[in-house]
Amino acid sequence: MLKTGYEQLCKLLNAIATWRYFKPVVFVGCAVPAVLLSIKVIASAWIPSWIPLVDSTIGGLGVDPLKTLLHESGEDGLGVLLACLAITPIRRIFKVNGIQKVRRMVGVFAFFYAFVHVGIYLGLDQLCYSVATCEFRSIVNDVLKRKFIFMGMISFTIMAVLAITSTSGWVRRLKKKWQTLHRLVYVAAISGVIHFIWIQKSDISEPLMWAGWLTLFLVIRVYFAIQKRRVVPARIRP
Amino acid sequence: MILKIKTSADVPSSEITPESAYYSRRDIMKAAAMGTAGLAAAATLGGIDTPLFAQAKNYAAPRNPKFVADPTVDPLNKLEEINSYNNFYEFGTGKGDPVQYANKLTTSPWTVEVDGACNKPGKYDIEKMIDFTQLEERVVRHRCVERWSMVIPWVGVPIKHVIDKCEPQAKAKYVEFHTLLRPSEMFGQKTGSLQWPYVEGLRMDEAMHPLAFMVVGLYGKVLPNQNGAPMRIHIPWKYGFKSGKSIVRIRFTETMPKTTWAVQNGNEYGFWANVNPEVDHPRWSQARERRLPGFATSRPTLLFNGYADQVQSLYAGMDKKVLFY
Ligand code: HEM
Repeated sequence: MLKTGYEQLCKLLNAIATWRYFKPVVFVGCAVPAVLLSIKVIASAWIPSWIPLVDSTIGGLGVDPLKTLLHESGEDGLGVLLACLAITPIRRIFKVNGIQKVRRMVGVFAFFYAFVHVGIYLGLDQLCYSVATCEFRSIVNDVLKRKFIFMGMISFTIMAVLAITSTSGWVRRLKKKWQTLHRLVYVAAISGVIHFIWIQKSDISEPLMWAGWLTLFLVIRVYFAIQKRRVVPARIRP
Repeated sequence: MILKIKTSADVPSSEITPESAYYSRRDIMKAAAMGTAGLAAAATLGGIDTPLFAQAKNYAAPRNPKFVADPTVDPLNKLEEINSYNNFYEFGTGKGDPVQYANKLTTSPWTVEVDGACNKPGKYDIEKMIDFTQLEERVVRHRCVERWSMVIPWVGVPIKHVIDKCEPQAKAKYVEFHTLLRPSEMFGQKTGSLQWPYVEGLRMDEAMHPLAFMVVGLYGKVLPNQNGAPMRIHIPWKYGFKSGKSIVRIRFTETMPKTTWAVQNGNEYGFWANVNPEVDHPRWSQARERRLPGFATSRPTLLFNGYADQVQSLYAGMDKKVLFY
Protein backbone atom coordinates (compact mmCIF):
# COMPACT_ATOMS: atom_id res chain seq x y z
CA MET A 1 0.00 0.00 0.00
CA LEU A 2 2.68 2.42 1.15
CA LYS A 3 5.00 1.18 -1.54
CA THR A 4 2.51 1.62 -4.37
CA GLY A 5 1.73 5.08 -3.04
CA TYR A 6 5.39 5.96 -3.23
CA GLU A 7 5.74 4.50 -6.69
CA GLN A 8 2.73 6.38 -7.90
CA LEU A 9 4.19 9.61 -6.53
CA CYS A 10 7.47 8.88 -8.32
CA LYS A 11 5.53 8.28 -11.52
CA LEU A 12 3.57 11.49 -11.12
CA LEU A 13 6.71 13.53 -10.46
CA ASN A 14 8.40 11.97 -13.46
CA ALA A 15 5.41 12.83 -15.60
CA ILE A 16 5.61 16.43 -14.42
CA ALA A 17 9.35 16.63 -14.98
CA THR A 18 9.13 15.33 -18.50
CA TRP A 19 6.19 17.53 -19.39
CA ARG A 20 6.96 19.90 -22.25
CA TYR A 21 6.13 22.99 -20.27
CA PHE A 22 7.86 21.96 -17.05
CA LYS A 23 10.78 24.30 -17.47
CA PRO A 24 8.71 27.33 -18.56
CA VAL A 25 6.36 26.77 -15.62
CA VAL A 26 9.27 26.69 -13.18
CA PHE A 27 10.60 29.85 -14.80
CA VAL A 28 7.29 31.63 -14.26
CA GLY A 29 7.14 30.32 -10.70
CA CYS A 30 10.57 31.76 -9.94
CA ALA A 31 9.56 35.07 -11.46
CA VAL A 32 6.33 35.44 -9.47
CA PRO A 33 7.95 37.08 -6.41
CA ALA A 34 9.66 39.60 -8.68
CA VAL A 35 6.37 40.43 -10.36
CA LEU A 36 4.61 40.83 -7.01
CA LEU A 37 7.38 43.06 -5.71
CA SER A 38 7.27 45.16 -8.88
CA ILE A 39 3.52 45.62 -8.47
CA LYS A 40 4.11 46.87 -4.94
CA VAL A 41 6.78 49.27 -6.15
CA ILE A 42 4.45 50.62 -8.81
CA ALA A 43 1.58 50.81 -6.33
CA SER A 44 3.68 52.83 -3.92
CA ALA A 45 4.41 55.43 -6.58
CA TRP A 46 1.22 55.49 -8.55
CA ILE A 47 -2.00 54.38 -6.94
CA PRO A 48 -5.17 54.50 -8.94
CA SER A 49 -7.80 55.28 -6.36
CA TRP A 50 -10.25 52.86 -7.90
CA ILE A 51 -8.19 49.83 -6.99
CA PRO A 52 -9.64 48.88 -3.62
CA LEU A 53 -6.97 46.28 -2.88
CA VAL A 54 -4.13 48.72 -2.50
CA ASP A 55 -4.17 50.87 0.60
CA SER A 56 -4.36 54.31 -0.88
CA THR A 57 -2.72 56.12 1.98
CA ILE A 58 0.17 53.82 2.70
CA GLY A 59 0.98 52.39 -0.69
CA GLY A 60 2.18 49.03 -1.84
CA LEU A 61 5.44 48.97 0.07
CA GLY A 62 4.01 50.05 3.40
CA VAL A 63 5.22 52.71 5.79
CA ASP A 64 8.90 51.75 5.51
CA PRO A 65 9.47 50.96 1.82
CA LEU A 66 13.21 50.27 2.12
CA LYS A 67 12.64 47.78 4.89
CA THR A 68 9.94 46.05 2.83
CA LEU A 69 12.17 45.92 -0.24
CA LEU A 70 15.15 44.52 1.67
CA HIS A 71 12.98 42.08 3.53
CA GLU A 72 11.19 40.72 0.49
CA SER A 73 14.17 40.57 -1.84
CA GLY A 74 16.25 38.89 0.90
CA GLU A 75 13.60 36.31 1.64
CA ASP A 76 12.98 35.66 -2.05
CA GLY A 77 16.71 35.17 -2.63
CA LEU A 78 17.09 32.76 0.25
CA GLY A 79 13.81 31.00 -0.55
CA VAL A 80 14.69 30.39 -4.19
CA LEU A 81 18.20 29.30 -3.18
CA LEU A 82 16.75 26.72 -0.81
CA ALA A 83 14.29 25.62 -3.49
CA CYS A 84 17.30 25.07 -5.72
CA LEU A 85 18.95 22.96 -3.04
CA ALA A 86 15.77 20.90 -2.69
CA ILE A 87 16.01 19.71 -6.28
CA THR A 88 18.73 17.09 -5.83
CA PRO A 89 17.14 15.51 -2.73
CA ILE A 90 13.81 15.28 -4.56
CA ARG A 91 15.52 13.74 -7.57
CA ARG A 92 17.25 11.13 -5.43
CA ILE A 93 14.32 10.24 -3.21
CA PHE A 94 11.68 10.10 -5.94
CA LYS A 95 14.00 9.05 -8.75
CA VAL A 96 12.99 11.94 -11.00
CA ASN A 97 16.09 12.66 -12.99
CA GLY A 98 14.12 15.01 -15.21
CA ILE A 99 13.95 17.80 -12.65
CA GLN A 100 17.70 18.20 -12.72
CA LYS A 101 17.41 20.29 -15.86
CA VAL A 102 15.83 23.25 -14.04
CA ARG A 103 18.44 23.41 -11.28
CA ARG A 104 20.78 25.84 -12.97
CA MET A 105 17.93 28.15 -13.88
CA VAL A 106 16.57 28.18 -10.33
CA GLY A 107 20.05 28.91 -9.01
CA VAL A 108 20.47 31.86 -11.35
CA PHE A 109 17.10 33.18 -10.20
CA ALA A 110 18.30 33.00 -6.61
CA PHE A 111 21.27 35.11 -7.61
CA PHE A 112 18.95 37.54 -9.38
CA TYR A 113 17.04 38.17 -6.14
CA ALA A 114 20.24 38.46 -4.13
CA PHE A 115 21.49 40.97 -6.71
CA VAL A 116 18.32 43.03 -6.37
CA HIS A 117 18.66 42.79 -2.56
CA VAL A 118 22.24 44.02 -2.55
CA GLY A 119 21.35 46.66 -5.15
CA ILE A 120 18.62 48.02 -2.87
CA TYR A 121 21.03 48.09 0.05
CA LEU A 122 23.62 49.96 -2.00
CA GLY A 123 21.21 52.24 -3.81
CA LEU A 124 18.80 53.28 -1.07
CA ASP A 125 20.49 52.51 2.22
CA GLN A 126 23.97 53.61 1.21
CA LEU A 127 22.67 56.23 -1.25
CA CYS A 128 24.63 54.91 -4.24
CA TYR A 129 21.90 56.05 -6.63
CA SER A 130 24.45 58.71 -7.51
CA VAL A 131 28.21 58.74 -7.14
CA ALA A 132 28.09 62.04 -5.27
CA THR A 133 25.83 60.73 -2.53
CA CYS A 134 27.25 57.21 -2.29
CA GLU A 135 28.53 56.43 1.20
CA PHE A 136 31.63 54.47 0.22
CA ARG A 137 33.23 54.69 3.65
CA SER A 138 30.06 53.60 5.35
CA ILE A 139 29.82 50.55 3.07
CA VAL A 140 33.38 49.48 3.84
CA ASN A 141 32.64 50.01 7.52
CA ASP A 142 29.47 47.95 7.28
CA VAL A 143 31.18 45.03 5.58
CA LEU A 144 34.13 45.01 7.96
CA LYS A 145 32.41 45.90 11.21
CA ARG A 146 28.97 44.30 10.99
CA LYS A 147 29.20 40.57 11.04
CA PHE A 148 25.71 40.12 9.56
CA ILE A 149 26.65 42.18 6.51
CA PHE A 150 29.94 40.31 6.23
CA MET A 151 28.02 37.02 6.15
CA GLY A 152 25.63 38.40 3.52
CA MET A 153 28.64 39.46 1.49
CA ILE A 154 30.15 35.96 1.60
CA SER A 155 26.85 34.51 0.50
CA PHE A 156 26.44 37.06 -2.28
CA THR A 157 30.00 36.69 -3.57
CA ILE A 158 29.65 32.94 -3.84
CA MET A 159 26.30 33.25 -5.57
CA ALA A 160 27.79 35.71 -8.05
CA VAL A 161 30.70 33.41 -8.90
CA LEU A 162 28.37 30.45 -9.31
CA ALA A 163 25.94 32.44 -11.48
CA ILE A 164 28.75 33.61 -13.74
CA THR A 165 30.19 30.11 -14.09
CA SER A 166 26.79 28.54 -14.62
CA THR A 167 27.00 28.67 -18.42
CA SER A 168 27.77 25.59 -20.51
CA GLY A 169 31.00 27.20 -21.61
CA TRP A 170 32.24 27.34 -18.03
CA VAL A 171 31.08 23.79 -17.36
CA ARG A 172 33.27 22.64 -20.22
CA ARG A 173 36.18 24.83 -19.28
CA LEU A 174 36.27 23.81 -15.61
CA LYS A 175 35.53 20.14 -16.26
CA LYS A 176 35.67 18.23 -12.96
CA LYS A 177 36.45 21.34 -10.98
CA TRP A 178 33.03 22.76 -11.90
CA GLN A 179 31.20 20.40 -9.62
CA THR A 180 33.58 21.02 -6.74
CA LEU A 181 33.20 24.76 -7.21
CA HIS A 182 29.43 24.54 -7.33
CA ARG A 183 29.29 22.62 -4.06
CA LEU A 184 29.98 26.07 -2.57
CA VAL A 185 26.27 26.67 -3.02
CA TYR A 186 25.86 25.06 0.40
CA VAL A 187 28.25 27.60 1.91
CA ALA A 188 26.23 30.36 0.25
CA ALA A 189 23.02 29.00 1.75
CA ILE A 190 24.52 28.50 5.22
CA SER A 191 25.96 32.01 5.29
CA GLY A 192 22.67 33.38 3.95
CA VAL A 193 20.79 31.76 6.82
CA ILE A 194 23.34 32.99 9.37
CA HIS A 195 23.02 36.48 7.85
CA PHE A 196 19.28 36.23 8.42
CA ILE A 197 19.67 34.97 12.02
CA TRP A 198 22.07 37.76 12.93
CA ILE A 199 19.65 40.42 11.72
CA GLN A 200 16.97 39.46 14.21
CA LYS A 201 16.53 41.49 17.34
CA SER A 202 15.06 38.78 19.52
CA ASP A 203 12.84 36.31 17.69
CA ILE A 204 14.77 33.95 15.43
CA SER A 205 11.98 31.47 14.69
CA GLU A 206 11.67 32.49 11.04
CA PRO A 207 15.33 32.03 10.06
CA LEU A 208 15.45 28.86 12.14
CA MET A 209 12.71 27.44 9.95
CA TRP A 210 14.88 28.10 6.91
CA ALA A 211 17.83 26.59 8.77
CA GLY A 212 15.72 23.50 9.39
CA TRP A 213 15.01 23.01 5.68
CA LEU A 214 18.65 23.57 4.82
CA THR A 215 19.75 21.00 7.38
CA LEU A 216 17.26 18.51 6.00
CA PHE A 217 18.59 18.94 2.45
CA LEU A 218 22.17 18.65 3.66
CA VAL A 219 21.46 15.51 5.64
CA ILE A 220 19.81 13.92 2.60
CA ARG A 221 22.77 14.87 0.43
CA VAL A 222 25.24 13.41 2.91
CA TYR A 223 23.16 10.26 3.30
CA PHE A 224 23.20 9.60 -0.44
CA ALA A 225 26.90 10.42 -0.66
CA ILE A 226 27.69 7.86 2.03
CA GLN A 227 25.50 5.27 0.34
CA LYS A 228 27.24 5.84 -2.95
CA ARG A 229 30.62 5.32 -1.31
CA ARG A 230 29.38 2.05 0.23
CA VAL A 231 28.03 0.87 -3.07
CA VAL A 232 31.18 1.58 -5.05
CA PRO A 233 33.61 -0.76 -3.20
CA ALA A 234 30.99 -3.49 -3.35
CA ARG A 235 31.04 -3.23 -7.10
CA ILE A 236 34.82 -3.29 -7.29
CA ARG A 237 34.98 -6.46 -5.25
CA PRO A 238 35.72 -9.47 -7.52
CA MET B 1 29.92 65.35 9.68
CA ILE B 2 28.04 68.59 10.30
CA LEU B 3 25.37 68.64 12.92
CA LYS B 4 22.76 71.24 12.39
CA ILE B 5 21.20 71.69 15.75
CA LYS B 6 18.14 73.82 15.50
CA THR B 7 17.04 75.64 18.56
CA SER B 8 13.93 73.61 18.65
CA ALA B 9 12.30 75.54 21.45
CA ASP B 10 12.50 78.82 19.61
CA VAL B 11 10.76 78.27 16.32
CA PRO B 12 9.01 81.51 15.37
CA SER B 13 5.28 81.22 15.55
CA SER B 14 4.96 81.80 11.81
CA GLU B 15 6.59 78.42 11.29
CA ILE B 16 4.25 76.55 13.54
CA THR B 17 2.01 74.17 11.63
CA PRO B 18 -1.39 75.74 11.51
CA GLU B 19 -3.82 74.10 13.85
CA SER B 20 -5.93 73.07 10.90
CA ALA B 21 -3.07 71.34 9.08
CA TYR B 22 -3.99 67.83 9.97
CA TYR B 23 -7.68 68.35 10.20
CA SER B 24 -7.64 69.27 6.54
CA ARG B 25 -6.73 65.76 5.58
CA ARG B 26 -8.94 64.72 2.76
CA ASP B 27 -10.82 62.00 4.56
CA ILE B 28 -11.73 64.06 7.56
CA MET B 29 -12.87 66.93 5.38
CA LYS B 30 -15.00 64.55 3.46
CA ALA B 31 -16.40 63.09 6.62
CA ALA B 32 -17.35 66.53 7.80
CA ALA B 33 -18.98 67.37 4.50
CA MET B 34 -20.99 64.22 4.48
CA GLY B 35 -22.03 64.47 8.07
CA THR B 36 -21.92 61.66 10.58
CA ALA B 37 -23.71 59.20 8.35
CA GLY B 38 -20.90 59.27 5.84
CA LEU B 39 -18.23 59.44 8.49
CA ALA B 40 -17.35 55.79 8.72
CA ALA B 41 -17.43 55.32 4.97
CA ALA B 42 -15.20 58.29 4.28
CA ALA B 43 -12.85 57.35 7.05
CA THR B 44 -12.11 54.00 5.49
CA LEU B 45 -10.36 55.96 2.76
CA GLY B 46 -7.86 56.93 5.41
CA GLY B 47 -6.66 53.40 5.84
CA ILE B 48 -6.18 51.08 8.73
CA ASP B 49 -8.18 51.70 11.84
CA THR B 50 -9.46 55.08 10.78
CA PRO B 51 -13.15 54.25 11.28
CA LEU B 52 -12.36 53.42 14.89
CA PHE B 53 -10.27 56.54 15.16
CA ALA B 54 -13.08 58.73 13.82
CA GLN B 55 -15.25 57.58 16.71
CA ALA B 56 -12.51 57.83 19.28
CA LYS B 57 -12.75 60.12 22.24
CA ASN B 58 -11.76 63.67 21.51
CA TYR B 59 -8.57 64.81 23.22
CA ALA B 60 -8.08 67.97 21.20
CA ALA B 61 -5.71 70.19 23.15
CA PRO B 62 -3.94 73.47 22.54
CA ARG B 63 -0.59 73.11 20.90
CA ASN B 64 2.33 74.07 23.10
CA PRO B 65 4.31 76.54 20.98
CA LYS B 66 7.52 75.52 22.74
CA PHE B 67 7.39 72.03 21.30
CA VAL B 68 6.66 72.23 17.63
CA ALA B 69 8.52 71.21 14.52
CA ASP B 70 9.23 73.25 11.44
CA PRO B 71 6.82 71.79 8.88
CA THR B 72 9.21 72.46 6.02
CA VAL B 73 11.90 70.36 7.68
CA ASP B 74 9.82 67.99 9.77
CA PRO B 75 6.38 67.62 8.21
CA LEU B 76 3.90 65.62 10.26
CA ASN B 77 3.51 61.95 9.56
CA LYS B 78 0.04 60.79 8.66
CA LEU B 79 -2.04 59.09 11.28
CA GLU B 80 -2.08 55.93 9.15
CA GLU B 81 1.69 55.81 9.28
CA ILE B 82 1.95 56.42 13.00
CA ASN B 83 -0.70 53.88 13.93
CA SER B 84 0.19 51.05 11.57
CA TYR B 85 3.97 50.77 11.95
CA ASN B 86 4.79 50.00 15.56
CA ASN B 87 7.26 48.14 17.68
CA PHE B 88 5.07 46.76 20.45
CA TYR B 89 6.27 43.19 20.98
CA GLU B 90 3.40 42.49 23.37
CA PHE B 91 1.31 42.25 20.20
CA GLY B 92 3.88 40.46 18.02
CA THR B 93 7.33 41.23 16.72
CA GLY B 94 6.24 42.41 13.26
CA LYS B 95 5.68 46.12 12.87
CA GLY B 96 2.30 45.45 11.29
CA ASP B 97 1.23 43.18 14.17
CA PRO B 98 0.17 45.77 16.77
CA VAL B 99 -2.37 47.45 14.49
CA GLN B 100 -3.93 44.04 13.92
CA TYR B 101 -3.95 42.70 17.43
CA ALA B 102 -3.95 45.64 19.82
CA ASN B 103 -7.70 46.17 19.55
CA LYS B 104 -8.03 43.25 22.00
CA LEU B 105 -6.59 45.38 24.76
CA THR B 106 -8.96 46.69 27.43
CA THR B 107 -7.83 50.15 28.42
CA SER B 108 -10.68 51.09 30.74
CA PRO B 109 -10.64 50.90 33.69
CA TRP B 110 -6.92 51.59 34.03
CA THR B 111 -5.02 51.76 37.27
CA VAL B 112 -1.43 52.69 37.90
CA GLU B 113 0.59 51.34 40.78
CA VAL B 114 2.97 53.80 42.36
CA ASP B 115 5.68 52.40 44.62
CA GLY B 116 9.29 52.66 45.70
CA ALA B 117 10.92 55.73 47.20
CA CYS B 118 7.94 58.08 47.28
CA ASN B 119 5.43 59.47 49.75
CA LYS B 120 2.30 58.54 47.84
CA PRO B 121 2.53 54.82 47.10
CA GLY B 122 -0.68 53.12 46.08
CA LYS B 123 -2.95 52.24 43.22
CA TYR B 124 -4.55 55.08 41.36
CA ASP B 125 -7.05 55.48 38.57
CA ILE B 126 -5.65 57.00 35.41
CA GLU B 127 -7.85 60.06 36.08
CA LYS B 128 -6.00 60.54 39.38
CA MET B 129 -2.62 60.35 37.67
CA ILE B 130 -3.27 62.57 34.69
CA ASP B 131 -4.96 65.92 34.81
CA PHE B 132 -7.06 65.80 31.67
CA THR B 133 -7.84 69.50 31.93
CA GLN B 134 -4.15 70.27 31.45
CA LEU B 135 -3.63 68.39 28.18
CA GLU B 136 -1.40 69.97 25.57
CA GLU B 137 -0.32 68.98 22.09
CA ARG B 138 3.31 68.74 20.98
CA VAL B 139 4.87 67.95 17.66
CA VAL B 140 8.08 66.00 18.18
CA ARG B 141 10.49 63.82 16.29
CA HIS B 142 10.49 60.12 17.12
CA ARG B 143 13.68 58.22 16.31
CA CYS B 144 13.78 54.43 16.45
CA VAL B 145 17.06 52.67 17.16
CA GLU B 146 16.43 50.80 13.89
CA ARG B 147 17.12 54.02 12.00
CA TRP B 148 13.63 55.13 11.02
CA SER B 149 11.96 58.26 12.29
CA MET B 150 8.62 60.06 12.25
CA VAL B 151 7.15 63.38 13.34
CA ILE B 152 4.21 62.93 15.68
CA PRO B 153 1.57 65.20 17.21
CA TRP B 154 1.15 63.76 20.70
CA VAL B 155 -1.35 64.91 23.29
CA GLY B 156 -0.50 64.59 26.97
CA VAL B 157 1.09 66.19 29.98
CA PRO B 158 4.73 66.54 31.05
CA ILE B 159 5.86 63.44 32.96
CA LYS B 160 6.81 65.85 35.72
CA HIS B 161 3.12 66.51 36.44
CA VAL B 162 2.55 62.80 36.98
CA ILE B 163 5.67 62.31 39.06
CA ASP B 164 4.90 65.29 41.27
CA LYS B 165 1.65 63.62 42.31
CA CYS B 166 3.69 60.66 43.59
CA GLU B 167 5.91 62.88 45.74
CA PRO B 168 9.21 61.07 45.18
CA GLN B 169 11.67 61.15 48.07
CA ALA B 170 15.06 62.78 47.80
CA LYS B 171 16.76 59.38 47.72
CA ALA B 172 14.91 58.41 44.53
CA LYS B 173 17.53 58.56 41.77
CA TYR B 174 15.67 56.75 39.01
CA VAL B 175 12.13 56.07 37.97
CA GLU B 176 10.86 52.89 36.31
CA PHE B 177 7.90 52.64 33.95
CA HIS B 178 6.34 49.20 33.68
CA THR B 179 4.15 48.18 30.77
CA LEU B 180 0.99 46.14 31.39
CA LEU B 181 1.45 42.39 31.85
CA ARG B 182 -1.68 40.69 30.55
CA PRO B 183 -0.92 37.70 28.33
CA SER B 184 -4.63 37.03 27.81
CA GLU B 185 -4.83 40.22 25.75
CA MET B 186 -1.21 40.53 24.73
CA PHE B 187 -0.34 37.29 23.01
CA GLY B 188 3.28 38.32 22.53
CA GLN B 189 3.73 37.86 26.26
CA LYS B 190 3.07 34.15 25.81
CA THR B 191 6.29 33.98 23.81
CA GLY B 192 9.80 34.55 25.02
CA SER B 193 10.53 37.32 22.56
CA LEU B 194 11.36 39.58 25.53
CA GLN B 195 11.29 39.43 29.31
CA TRP B 196 7.87 40.51 30.54
CA PRO B 197 6.68 42.93 31.69
CA TYR B 198 8.48 45.50 29.60
CA VAL B 199 10.38 47.84 31.91
CA GLU B 200 11.91 51.15 30.98
CA GLY B 201 13.46 53.79 33.15
CA LEU B 202 14.98 57.22 33.39
CA ARG B 203 17.17 59.10 35.78
CA MET B 204 14.97 61.42 37.86
CA ASP B 205 16.25 64.60 36.25
CA GLU B 206 15.61 63.13 32.79
CA ALA B 207 12.06 62.22 33.73
CA MET B 208 11.43 65.69 35.20
CA HIS B 209 12.74 67.42 32.07
CA PRO B 210 10.06 69.48 30.26
CA LEU B 211 10.58 67.45 27.06
CA ALA B 212 9.76 64.15 28.77
CA PHE B 213 6.10 63.61 27.98
CA MET B 214 3.28 61.41 29.25
CA VAL B 215 1.16 60.73 26.19
CA VAL B 216 -2.56 59.97 26.23
CA GLY B 217 -3.57 61.14 22.78
CA LEU B 218 -2.58 61.36 19.15
CA TYR B 219 -3.87 63.71 16.47
CA GLY B 220 -6.31 65.22 18.94
CA LYS B 221 -7.92 61.91 19.79
CA VAL B 222 -7.44 59.23 22.40
CA LEU B 223 -4.23 57.27 21.79
CA PRO B 224 -4.71 54.18 19.59
CA ASN B 225 -3.99 50.96 21.49
CA GLN B 226 -1.08 50.06 19.24
CA ASN B 227 0.62 53.31 20.17
CA GLY B 228 0.49 52.48 23.87
CA ALA B 229 -2.97 53.40 25.15
CA PRO B 230 -4.13 54.63 27.49
CA MET B 231 -0.88 56.23 28.71
CA ARG B 232 2.68 55.94 27.48
CA ILE B 233 5.83 57.95 27.86
CA HIS B 234 7.70 59.62 25.03
CA ILE B 235 11.29 60.76 25.39
CA PRO B 236 12.09 62.52 22.11
CA TRP B 237 15.86 62.74 22.55
CA LYS B 238 16.25 59.00 23.15
CA TYR B 239 15.77 56.00 20.90
CA GLY B 240 12.19 54.82 20.76
CA PHE B 241 12.58 51.73 22.91
CA LYS B 242 13.06 54.01 25.94
CA SER B 243 9.49 55.19 25.56
CA GLY B 244 7.42 52.51 27.29
CA LYS B 245 3.80 51.98 26.35
CA SER B 246 0.61 51.17 28.29
CA ILE B 247 2.11 52.11 31.65
CA VAL B 248 0.68 50.42 34.76
CA ARG B 249 3.41 50.96 37.30
CA ILE B 250 5.69 53.82 38.24
CA ARG B 251 8.44 52.89 40.66
CA PHE B 252 11.09 55.11 42.23
CA THR B 253 14.45 53.51 42.87
CA GLU B 254 17.88 54.34 44.16
CA THR B 255 19.68 52.09 41.69
CA MET B 256 19.69 52.08 37.92
CA PRO B 257 16.70 50.11 36.62
CA LYS B 258 17.27 46.87 34.74
CA THR B 259 15.52 47.86 31.56
CA THR B 260 14.11 45.18 29.28
CA TRP B 261 16.23 45.68 26.18
CA ALA B 262 19.39 46.17 28.21
CA VAL B 263 18.69 42.80 29.88
CA GLN B 264 17.93 41.20 26.50
CA ASN B 265 21.05 42.53 24.82
CA GLY B 266 22.99 45.13 26.75
CA ASN B 267 25.55 45.33 24.00
CA GLU B 268 23.05 46.80 21.59
CA TYR B 269 20.50 48.59 23.76
CA GLY B 270 21.84 50.40 26.79
CA PHE B 271 20.16 52.31 29.58
CA TRP B 272 20.94 55.80 28.29
CA ALA B 273 20.22 55.30 24.57
CA ASN B 274 20.51 58.96 23.68
CA VAL B 275 20.28 59.55 19.95
CA ASN B 276 23.78 60.19 18.62
CA PRO B 277 24.99 59.97 15.03
CA GLU B 278 28.51 59.17 16.13
CA VAL B 279 27.83 56.12 18.27
CA ASP B 280 27.05 53.13 16.08
CA HIS B 281 24.68 50.41 16.98
CA PRO B 282 26.79 47.24 16.70
CA ARG B 283 24.82 46.17 13.63
CA TRP B 284 24.41 49.48 11.83
CA SER B 285 25.66 53.00 11.72
CA GLN B 286 23.46 55.64 13.34
CA ALA B 287 24.89 58.43 11.21
CA ARG B 288 21.82 58.57 8.97
CA GLU B 289 18.15 57.83 9.33
CA ARG B 290 15.04 57.26 7.21
CA ARG B 291 12.19 59.69 7.66
CA LEU B 292 9.22 57.50 6.91
CA PRO B 293 7.59 56.93 4.52
CA GLY B 294 10.72 57.89 2.56
CA PHE B 295 12.66 55.30 0.60
CA ALA B 296 16.24 56.17 1.41
CA THR B 297 18.32 56.30 4.58
CA SER B 298 19.34 59.80 3.63
CA ARG B 299 18.72 62.08 6.58
CA PRO B 300 21.62 62.96 8.87
CA THR B 301 20.89 61.89 12.43
CA LEU B 302 20.89 64.82 14.86
CA LEU B 303 22.64 64.71 18.20
CA PHE B 304 19.98 64.07 20.87
CA ASN B 305 17.57 63.84 17.95
CA GLY B 306 17.84 67.58 17.47
CA TYR B 307 17.06 68.47 21.08
CA ALA B 308 20.67 68.92 22.19
CA ASP B 309 20.18 72.55 23.14
CA GLN B 310 17.53 71.51 25.62
CA VAL B 311 18.90 68.33 27.13
CA GLN B 312 22.67 68.40 26.78
CA SER B 313 23.10 69.98 30.22
CA LEU B 314 21.58 66.87 31.81
CA TYR B 315 24.71 64.98 30.89
CA ALA B 316 27.45 67.48 31.65
CA GLY B 317 30.63 65.75 32.72
CA MET B 318 29.45 62.24 31.95
CA ASP B 319 31.61 59.79 30.03
CA LYS B 320 30.57 60.06 26.41
CA LYS B 321 30.59 56.35 25.70
CA VAL B 322 28.64 55.40 28.80
CA LEU B 323 26.17 58.09 27.98
CA PHE B 324 24.99 56.88 24.66
CA TYR B 325 24.70 53.16 25.33
C1 HEM C 1 26.63 42.08 0.32
C2 HEM C 1 25.63 41.31 0.60
C3 HEM C 1 24.43 41.66 1.45
C4 HEM C 1 24.13 42.80 2.15
C5 HEM C 1 24.94 44.08 2.29
C6 HEM C 1 22.85 42.58 2.78
C7 HEM C 1 22.21 43.51 3.59
C8 HEM C 1 21.04 43.29 4.22
C9 HEM C 1 20.36 44.26 5.03
C10 HEM C 1 20.86 45.68 5.31
C11 HEM C 1 19.24 43.68 5.51
C12 HEM C 1 18.17 44.33 6.38
C13 HEM C 1 18.51 44.23 7.81
C14 HEM C 1 17.50 44.92 8.66
O1 HEM C 1 16.32 44.57 8.59
O2 HEM C 1 17.89 45.81 9.37
C15 HEM C 1 19.20 42.34 4.99
C16 HEM C 1 18.20 41.43 5.25
C17 HEM C 1 18.15 40.15 4.72
N1 HEM C 1 19.01 39.60 3.81
FE1 HEM C 1 20.69 40.47 3.13
N2 HEM C 1 22.38 41.33 2.45
C18 HEM C 1 23.32 40.75 1.63
C19 HEM C 1 23.25 39.50 1.05
C20 HEM C 1 22.20 38.63 1.21
C21 HEM C 1 22.05 37.37 0.53
C22 HEM C 1 23.03 36.81 -0.50
C23 HEM C 1 20.89 36.81 0.96
C24 HEM C 1 20.22 35.50 0.57
C25 HEM C 1 20.78 34.43 0.26
C26 HEM C 1 20.30 37.70 1.93
C27 HEM C 1 19.14 37.47 2.61
C28 HEM C 1 18.58 38.33 3.51
C29 HEM C 1 17.40 38.04 4.27
C30 HEM C 1 16.59 36.76 4.23
C31 HEM C 1 17.14 39.17 5.04
C32 HEM C 1 16.06 39.32 6.07
C33 HEM C 1 14.89 40.03 5.61
C34 HEM C 1 14.09 40.45 6.79
O3 HEM C 1 13.45 39.61 7.40
O4 HEM C 1 14.10 41.64 7.11
N3 HEM C 1 21.12 38.80 2.04
N4 HEM C 1 20.30 42.12 4.21
